[in-house]
Amino acid sequence: MFIRRTLPLLVAGFFGIATIIQFFVPHPASRTFYNMVLDWMIIVTAFTYLMAVQSTIELHTTKIKRKVEGWQYSLVVLISLGITAFIGILGGAFTPSTILMKLIPAFKPSSTSPLMYTYLYMQVPMQSTIFSLLAFYMASAAFRSFKARSFDATMLLVTAAIVTIGRVPLGEFIYKGFPEIIEWILKYPNMAAQRGILIGVELGMIATSLKIILGIERKYLGGGK
Amino acid sequence: MKTKFFLFFTLLSVFIFAQENAESAPADSVAVFDYSLVKSFTLSDVGSDDGTALKIKWECTDNPENKNQFRLYRLTDGDTVRTLLGNFALSAEYTDENLNREESYSYSLVAVDSLGVEMQGIVSTDLMKPKANYFKTDKIILLLMILIYTIVIIILVETVKKGKVLFVRKISGLDTLDEAVGRATEMGRPVLYVPGSSTMSDIATIASLNILGPVAKKIAEYETRLIVPNRDPIVMTVAKEVVKESYSEAGRPDAYSDNDVFFLTDSQFGYAAAISGIMTREKPATNLLLGMFWAESLIMAEAGNTAGAIQIAGTDAVSQLPFFITSCDYTIIGEELYAASAYLSREPLLMGTLKAQDYFKGMIIAFICLYLFFLIISTIFGGNVLFLNKILDIIRFIFNS
Repeated sequence: MFIRRTLPLLVAGFFGIATIIQFFVPHPASRTFYNMVLDWMIIVTAFTYLMAVQSTIELHTTKIKRKVEGWQYSLVVLISLGITAFIGILGGAFTPSTILMKLIPAFKPSSTSPLMYTYLYMQVPMQSTIFSLLAFYMASAAFRSFKARSFDATMLLVTAAIVTIGRVPLGEFIYKGFPEIIEWILKYPNMAAQRGILIGVELGMIATSLKIILGIERKYLGGGK
Repeated sequence: MKTKFFLFFTLLSVFIFAQENAESAPADSVAVFDYSLVKSFTLSDVGSDDGTALKIKWECTDNPENKNQFRLYRLTDGDTVRTLLGNFALSAEYTDENLNREESYSYSLVAVDSLGVEMQGIVSTDLMKPKANYFKTDKIILLLMILIYTIVIIILVETVKKGKVLFVRKISGLDTLDEAVGRATEMGRPVLYVPGSSTMSDIATIASLNILGPVAKKIAEYETRLIVPNRDPIVMTVAKEVVKESYSEAGRPDAYSDNDVFFLTDSQFGYAAAISGIMTREKPATNLLLGMFWAESLIMAEAGNTAGAIQIAGTDAVSQLPFFITSCDYTIIGEELYAASAYLSREPLLMGTLKAQDYFKGMIIAFICLYLFFLIISTIFGGNVLFLNKILDIIRFIFNS
């Protein structure tokens, strides 16, 4: 019980209070402490990625073993993971390593390492593809939300139409004062609503942090209470 | 015609040339600067810092005809060469940063004429070491606010412990959680819980994991499958513990599957694509998107909407809220995400902190109204009433802090 509950609560409480104090103390000793904690976090994070790899391998191996629907994709994941790890370890993350050059004499040094090559020419285009879907999703979401079913929805529709027209050159062509109207909408009614939400969010954040530091909130340790 | 143009351009160039010459003429330069004009030249430590800055301030007797400048030099104790810090007006101040608090420094002013030539004579300060401070005095109001907030929380928690019942308004998104889990059970499909795209350092992620506990317990009671894909390995580890403990509490530790709480990828859009894939393949009846989201929010929410799942989303990212409101059935807005833990568990201690949040929000609203009130009165009186201006300054100082 002490190891599973009390000790984590004490650690969370101690580091929570120490970080708050650190924020108010400008002395170099305080900054050294903060940097040290950041270093610890980096080390811990690096090790947790081993757990991430273990989780991925276990999940997909199980899927392949049980031949669940779409198990072939799991095979692709595991092969990709293996190849990326292989070229990452042998090819170096940023510059081609000498190990690879010794293993494969034909390998010529290049400004782009093999791992960076996979990142630049495979991962980045795939991410951009998914990102570009956003434009279509935005259109479908806008179509759904801009139906004038009630007074509120009509207000939303009218405001959105004004802002949309005012944001493109056509708006200024129709009426020169459009950009100023848009500025006013964004600067006052929109900002007022955003700040209202943000004040609540900030207070919620402080309250959650204090609950954890004081040991009132314990659900993140697992279990309901 | 050509002659006229030639004459015109010749006259124009003569005119411009004459103008430039007139501006650059050293009308006021003198060989020796009268340093008795320097009223003060002070060196002081910058407060509330880590001992890496000194402030230099100098003031000269006002003489509008004097077009000289000062060149400021720094000399480190033990060095023989002075470092030039720049040219400044005859009355100015300068903060010299990135100093070493182990060393002493002195500063000198040398006058330069309007051509940039150094004049005779020099005025210097004594040696001084920058001092490291132990408290940021400019953050005193913030510290006081945190202390008051903590005290209010403790008082309210103690009040609740004594048995006082606190009122909490209805939050539709959280009330529907039971219904959403029930729907998944009836349909025999899983529940998908996405704890956001951020790391454990984000308070929204912690709030999301606090909601995961009661949700997992309910799902375990209903004997439904729960899928929790993660973007961060630390979040995954915590999520595993939370789900495992909740299944144990519900008396169904056997129903817990370690493979249902898993790591996907740390790539933002890779994560969004994988979640969309899960929504399409596994066809969960309920999608819970709670935590911190960025641009990927709409990709996930629209994929869930297309799959026909009941969706409850919650985030404190104001820019993502419109997307969730559009694509999800219920949206937990901003602070409601942080209130969820107390709302779902109805634990008296947590309810106390929720009330403290409300009191503080009330206080901020009161301050804003007070400021508006005094600002209107001050404007009516032409903004010249000293007493009102002082009050407005105090409120502004509190807000800025």
